[in-house]
Amino acid sequence: MTRLILRELRLSVAGGAAALPLVFFLLVATLFPFAVGPDGPLLARTGGGALWMAALLAALLPVDRLVEPDRAAGVLDQLALRSIGEETVACAKLAGHWLSFGPPLMLAALPGAALLKLPPETLIRLEIGLLIGTPGLAALTLGVAALTAGLRRGGALAGLLALPLAVPLLIFGAGYLERGNESGALQLLGAVSLLLVAGAPFAAGAAIRAGRD
Amino acid sequence: MTLLALEGVACVRGGRLLFEGLDLVLGPGEAALATGPNGAGKSSLLRLAGGLLRPAAGTVRQEQAALADEHLALDERQPLGAALGFWAALDGKGPDLAAMGLEALALVPVRMLSTGQRKRAALARVVASGAALWLLDEPANGLDGDGQARLEAAIAAHRASGGAVLAASHQALALPGAKMVTLG
Repeated sequence: MTRLILRELRLSVAGGAAALPLVFFLLVATLFPFAVGPDGPLLARTGGGALWMAALLAALLPVDRLVEPDRAAGVLDQLALRSIGEETVACAKLAGHWLSFGPPLMLAALPGAALLKLPPETLIRLEIGLLIGTPGLAALTLGVAALTAGLRRGGALAGLLALPLAVPLLIFGAGYLERGNESGALQLLGAVSLLLVAGAPFAAGAAIRAGRD
Repeated sequence: MTLLALEGVACVRGGRLLFEGLDLVLGPGEAALATGPNGAGKSSLLRLAGGLLRPAAGTVRQEQAALADEHLALDERQPLGAALGFWAALDGKGPDLAAMGLEALALVPVRMLSTGQRKRAALARVVASGAALWLLDEPANGLDGDGQARLEAAIAAHRASGGAVLAASHQALALPGAKMVTLG
């Protein structure tokens, strides 16, 4: 299991793919003020939500290299021959995917927040929300990546499948930014994220198995 | 003790029946050679034997199997030694580069390897796996004379130590006393 997670991390770092979501995230943070205008209060109010959107899209960026290359190269078959369950493989991929984009994204949120003039308390809420929400985003990406592995133009389809399912994470994540935890947004964010993290390995495992036939 | 037992196995791929009623038992030291035209289901038979495909009918029982097919399953960017080492570590062993004559290539990235060298790498992983049942899909494809000799020697040594081999091949492959499985 540790070896599989390390392999996932090595693949994402070696391919330079780990930097891509980060650059994308910061690019969105840079472009957003150009789109809505350099109005400080407006940016401070809407910037957090924009960063959540950017985080969601950044999590989806590597969707086509999470499962499909391993399926095409026969890595998944070789793992199955060694009696390593598809669910175990999916857990390792989930952990590897989160480690390669979750913590870096939380770091990138610091300059991102500065670009959007977010007040300090919003930044703290954003970081807490990202810490709880990014595992859910990673799980969602993995599940969709496994479902679309082997399909032509699976990447575009994966986006269409994943974005609607990410709506709860976005609602509760952005809701926590705006109103704090008076409405229990943080708990709901945690619940959704937990559900996705718990369910994704089984969905992805079943999808990998089904993809063999 | 049987290492592989297929009973009345049928295989359907893409809605087409490839073969049915196939029986095959392999014990220690035994070998079988699957032959047949392209598309007859040789590769599917190997995947069935490895438990990667479910039979449409019949039962499949097998011991731990190692498969070498057209998918290399090595990380293209890594040096060959490290890429094989990943699988060897999962198997709890060290990589065996010498069996297929790959010592000189240990530091060469996998993406630089030629067809024959890739085949040797896939076979080296099978040799190092320690699995009792070897499933070899066109193992001699792309191999030169030296490679084929090493392959035949490795198979003979494996059978002598109580392993079994199921191979699918179009090319002449020395498998003394192999059971013939004719498909299609």
